[in-house]
Parts: sequence; structure tokens; C-alpha cells
Amino acid sequence: MSKPTSATLNPKAAPPAAAPSRAGLAPVNARLTNAERLGLFRLMMRIRRFEERCLRAYQQGRIAGFLHLYIGQEAVAVGCCSVMQPDDHVITAYRDHGHAIAVGMNPNELMAELYGKASGCSKGKGGSMHFFDPARHFWGGHGIVGGQVPLGAGIAFALKYKGVKGACLTFMGDGAVNQGAVHETYNLAALWSLPVVFVIENNGYSMGTSLRRSSAGPGLAKRAEGYGMAWDLCDGHNLYEVREKTDKMLQLAREKSQPAVLEVMTYRYRGHSVADPDSTYRTKEEIENYRRTKDPLTLVHEALVAEGVLTEDLAKEIDMAARAEAERAAQFAEASPFPASEDVLKDIYWEEDNPTQKQSRGRIFFH
Amino acid sequence: MPLITYREALNQALAEELERDPNVILMGEEVGQFHGAYKISEGLLDRFGPKRVIDTPISEAGFVGLGVGAAMLGIRPVIELMFWSFYSVAFDQILNNAANLRYMSGGLVNVPIVIRGPANGGTGVGATHSHTPENILASHPGVKVVCPATAYDAKGLLKSAIRDNDPVMFLENTILYNDKGEVPAGDYLVPLGLADVKRAGTDLTIIAHGRAVINSLKAAQFLEAEHDVSVEVVDLRSIRPLDEETILASVRKTNRALLVEENKPFCGVGAQVAYLIQDQAFDHLDAPVKRLSAIDAPAIYSPPLEKEQLPSPQRIVEAVLKML
Repeated sequence: MSKPTSATLNPKAAPPAAAPSRAGLAPVNARLTNAERLGLFRLMMRIRRFEERCLRAYQQGRIAGFLHLYIGQEAVAVGCCSVMQPDDHVITAYRDHGHAIAVGMNPNELMAELYGKASGCSKGKGGSMHFFDPARHFWGGHGIVGGQVPLGAGIAFALKYKGVKGACLTFMGDGAVNQGAVHETYNLAALWSLPVVFVIENNGYSMGTSLRRSSAGPGLAKRAEGYGMAWDLCDGHNLYEVREKTDKMLQLAREKSQPAVLEVMTYRYRGHSVADPDSTYRTKEEIENYRRTKDPLTLVHEALVAEGVLTEDLAKEIDMAARAEAERAAQFAEASPFPASEDVLKDIYWEEDNPTQKQSRGRIFFH
Repeated sequence: MPLITYREALNQALAEELERDPNVILMGEEVGQFHGAYKISEGLLDRFGPKRVIDTPISEAGFVGLGVGAAMLGIRPVIELMFWSFYSVAFDQILNNAANLRYMSGGLVNVPIVIRGPANGGTGVGATHSHTPENILASHPGVKVVCPATAYDAKGLLKSAIRDNDPVMFLENTILYNDKGEVPAGDYLVPLGLADVKRAGTDLTIIAHGRAVINSLKAAQFLEAEHDVSVEVVDLRSIRPLDEETILASVRKTNRALLVEENKPFCGVGAQVAYLIQDQAFDHLDAPVKRLSAIDAPAIYSPPLEKEQLPSPQRIVEAVLKML
């Protein structure tokens, strides 16, 4: 596919909230090849279809516990993670499926984890909220609101300590900003100039409590000012804007070792967790309105069509491939064995799992 | 062997490990410029610089969590809690992150962190500053818990803890910081999970940890001199892992066991040890296993009553005599 010129763009196909024409794009977006643009769209589609397949598995009783779906927020994880460089790291909260796929984890092992199978990314020991892939610099998947934020600063600390020019993208939700650990971490990060970018995925609701009912003050990101940190707001439905603003902050972190806060406005279509009632705190119309006017997949779809990168046929093909991948993941999970009973006591202590290097004595398990 | 204090022994352990491994760092409130609230880190900032000896703001959840995050990438943070009592504000970071990360990641993530500081009552600082959470910490699979009673053990155990690839909770005692003992000048390790028979005896076994060991030894000396009773004192040193063999061997020899700890009685370390003894050495017992703990109330401030609240040598002597 050749690069589109402005003459090939169809202005009618470009919705108001979509990316501007390529000429107006920031360098981080303008330099994307057509294949890379399609790659980002494909990634968002794969997350969407994966999540929908998770929902089905959950409704079929194949998945236990909570299922915090990312549907509606895809442009955030994909946009942010797509501007990471090889020495960058990422950590997030419990709504972690999108980030896991965005960093390249295999949907098979993610779905198997949800099913509690031994072939899961955490061997069936972590579940939906606790995906990890250190080889891809993905450090979880954390279940306690705000609890991962100090860890993100710790990763940044380690990078700086070792002299590595990387940064840590530390995601949290809009509910996390009211946790003490987050403020302690802001202070430490600013005090010690740690290369960390705090990304607040503001989907408007901390569980069922709207922003207005949970957070005082003029804005979530603005709280960074109290710590002398840079901050910015970002339209989380706009993939290009997410990339541009994240890239800017990651550069600040990498090159000047300065922390920053990026508040990304986004929206989730499903409940906080799938089983939660969704009608007590917001209206169907509100959800429908977001779907109709701000759906990140639709916006990227339309933008790429407008840019002449994507055709309807190709979009369908990408969609079908994403559905097939999600279905394969479910089948993989279904066919995988559960962990064996003896696996319960593995992966607790490094030392117990490496008996030839064991230094300590005595009894470690009490059953 | 040089005679040095428990405090100096800890300082030596930190200095030697900072020297040995560039990934070891010390972080906490007042550990640098102030030389440590209890002077454990005296001189370390001057020697190793602010990159490795790091003063923190008063943000336990923040810097404990930051340490856990750094540990995931291979740093070996030694985090000083000015008092272990402050663990409560960092509990999520300790138990959900340090303890659980390896498990929840299916073994992909390791957290080689040491969290250390004093955990004791008896110093007139009231209930908020007198917590002894070794039992609470040890009830969480994923962490190791040690409570040294002597200068020798403090140094050897701290060095082992720092080299350990799992999170180790290291509980010291401010009242012991000035106690002197013989400590080798150079490198040696005391393995985690190995108890120590601090005094051999034949009539009864006292099993204790931390300062309760020291008071038990005083009681044992008195009992020998005044009552001709021979008491064996087993110092657990490590709560988890737990040296069951040494406990059982001693009880099978003396046939009587008194479990002494400065912790509160309910669900205390002694409860676990009592269960072990009745389960594994029931036929060897000539008397029921007894426990002596702190009196089951929040740590009282009033100095004379605070002394009574903790198991004193006198209370230990009385407890032993009742069992014979």
C-alpha cells in the first residue's frame, strides 16, 4: 500500500474526534509506516475480541472470580505501550488484559490463566488481575487499587540505579489517585527524580462511584503540581494523541529522569467487574453515546480509512482474524490441564524451587 | 573474638554486604545523615554514599513498595523500618506485593528484599510503638521471618537474609542493641531456619525467640543456682522457616516444654510450637506444654506495669517451677 497523499483522503470519512491528516501529526505518529498503523489497529481489535471472548467464557462459568474488562479503553494501553522503547518497563492494575496483549503476551496463555489452567501465564496461580511477563518488561497485573504504584517507582529507581536509560509506565485508574500509597509514590518519584510516567486511565468511575463523588479538587492530573511534576490531559479515545503525549512524557523520563503524570480520559463499556450491576450509577444512554461517538476502534478505523491505509475489506479481515485468535485462545484454555495438586506449594519461595542452591534449613510450609 | 554490641554487629553485617554486592542498598527514615534513629547505620552514608544509603521521607508504604519494585529488577534493598510497629501502614506492600508476587506470577518474579528494624515493647513508648508482628508476618507464605537474640546471630542472620532470594522480615530489639557478644570480625553466615541451643539442660526446655531468649537464660541461671533445676534454652532465631528438629530433640530429652515470647499470646509463635510438640512428641511429655507471653493487653505505657506485662526472668522462673 502506498502512502496516501492529501488528495486520496476522504474528508467525509474522517469523524471529528479522529486523528488529523498525516501532515498535522506529531513526529511520533507521522513516522509510522502504513504497516505499523495497521498493526496498532490490529492490536486494538485483538484486545476487543479477546475481551468479548473472555466475557462469553465468564458467562459460561469457565472463569472464576472477577473479570475486569478493558472494552472501550483499548486506545490507551495500545497507544502508551506502542511508544515504549526496549529499556522501558510497564506495570498496571487489575484491568490488565489490554496491557498484556499490547506488550505482546500470547492470548492463549492469558485465556488459560483466566481458566485457572497450568498453561496460563502465571500457571493458573494469579488469575485475571495478575498477569506477568518480565521478559517483556511487564510487571503485572496488580489487584489492590494503587498498590502497584510504588512498585512502578521502584522499577524506575532500579533503572536509574543501574544506569539504564529506560522509564517505567505506571498505570492506575481514577480510583487509585485517592490511595495514600499513590501520593507517597508521587512524592518519592519527584523527590528522587525517578524516570516514571504515571498514567491515570480515567474512565470516570472508581467501581460505581463517579469522579464527582470520589475526587476533590480541580482535576486528577493537576495534583501532580503539588509535587512539582509535569502533567497533561489526554483524549484516550484518540490513539494518536495517546501516543504523542505518552511519548513526550517517556522522553522526559528517559532523558531527564523526570517523572510526570498523564491523565487519559477514557471509558469502559462494561461494569467495573462483569458481575457488578451496571445500572445503579450510570445510564444506558451514556454508555451508548460513548459507543456511538467515541469508540476508539471505530475512530481508528475511520482515521485509517481516511488516511487510505485501511479498507473495509481489510478491516473485516483483521476483525475475523482477531475473533479466530480469541476463539483459539479459549479452545487452548479449555483443552489445557489444571495445575496438579502438588503445584499449590510451588512458586512461593525461590529457595524451595531451587533446592540445589538452598542455604536455609528448617520447615517452611506448615500444613 | 572481638566483643561488640548487637548494634555494631548489625552495622558490620550491613557494611560487609554493601561492600560485597553493588546491588545491595540501604533505605529508610534517618538511615543516612542521621546515622540511623538507633545508629544501626552509623558511618554507612560516609562510606557508601547517598546512592546506596538513602534517606526517605516518612512514607513507609511508598518506600517499602518502591523497594519491592526495585527488588523485582534485581536490586537487593535493605529497608529499615524505624520501628517494626510502622509495618501497619506498609502492610499491603509487604503482604500483597513482597509475599505474593512470586506466587501470583507463577514463579516469574522474585523479591529479594530485607525489611528490618526493631520490634519490641518495654521501652515506654506505648502501644503504637511496641508491636511485635513476627507471628502476623510468619502466617503469610512467601516471606521468611527471623528474630536474632544475640550480636553473633544478628550479624550472621542479617548477612544470610541479604543474600536470600526471598523476602526476609528481620525483627530486632532496641533493648538488645547495647548487649555485647563475641562476634567474628569477618564474614560468616548463620543460616535461616536453624535454631540454637543457647544453654544445655536436662529438666525442662524453654523455647523462645528474641529478647525472651535472654530473659530465659537469666531465669535458667537462677533456677540452676537457687533451685538446682537444669533448664535447656532453645533459641528459635528463625520463626519461618522453623527448626522443628532442634525443638523436638530438646523436648524429647527434657520431657517438658515452656514456650516464652514477648509477643501476645493469641495465635502467637508459641501456639504453633505447642501444636508441633503435642503432635510430634506427645509421648515424651511429662507435663502439659505451657506458654508464657506478654499479658494480653495493648502495650501499656506506665513503666512499672510495662515491665510486668512482658515475661520477666522472675515470671519465667515461676512458670518453670510450677511445671516441675
